Amino acid sequence: MQVPILKQGGVLIATIQAALSDADLLDLRTALVQQVVRYRSSGVIVDVTAMDVMDSFASRTLLEISHMIRLRGAATVIVGIQPEVAFAMVQLGLTLEDIPTALDLEEGLEYLQQKARSIN
Amino acid sequence: MATDSQILIASDRDIVTARQQGRAVALQTGFSMSEATLIATAISELARNIVSYANRGSVTLQPVNGSNGASGLTIIASDSGPGIADINLALRDGYSSSGGLGLGLPGVRRLMDEFDIVSSSGSGTTVTVTKWLP
Repeated sequence: MQVPILKQGGVLIATIQAALSDADLLDLRTALVQQVVRYRSSGVIVDVTAMDVMDSFASRTLLEISHMIRLRGAATVIVGIQPEVAFAMVQLGLTLEDIPTALDLEEGLEYLQQKARSIN
Repeated sequence: MATDSQILIASDRDIVTARQQGRAVALQTGFSMSEATLIATAISELARNIVSYANRGSVTLQPVNGSNGASGLTIIASDSGPGIADINLALRDGYSSSGGLGLGLPGVRRLMDEFDIVSSSGSGTTVTVTKWLP
């Protein structure tokens, strides 16, 4: 199950469309980091609306994606965490630490635009 | 009473299958979407432990009736892998022998109502957890 990555200006949007296996998540990590480099993107949005479960592996992989992308000077925002998924994450002890999150794609884009404006 | 179902776990794809079946059985048992997600998350962690540490094993989904008339769902994650040398250490938050976040077993214990683990070095691991309908 490959995750499509859309390029919109300086932002890459990865929309997870179904439950992902561990291998799929690692493929997403590789693809996103490669494309951030190729397109010199300033921001990445990972839309997890369709994710059935956010367990420790998924959480760790998203953290790694965010950290790798930050080292490239770009920002990552996770959007669309479902309420019941958020509930389970908190019980499990997952916080996604310092990765910014937003309600949906629109707010995620808004977040990245504000961040770009504050830098310029 | 629904019958038990067993899912063989041998690859990361099977982790997804196990948690999806677990969610379906949880919903059939009468759990809400939110509780079913807790159960699916617990199954995901347990199945991943099997793949990471034992390569293969199984997850059994077992609708149960408690002595007080309550119904619930029991999940048995079993493998014949190397086992856990120090169970207390494995249940501690933040401890990981695999470079993970160290939230697997202690996290699963928080997600479920009952938690039991039987393991010793060299003889495999069986984790049995139950969630009761509120």
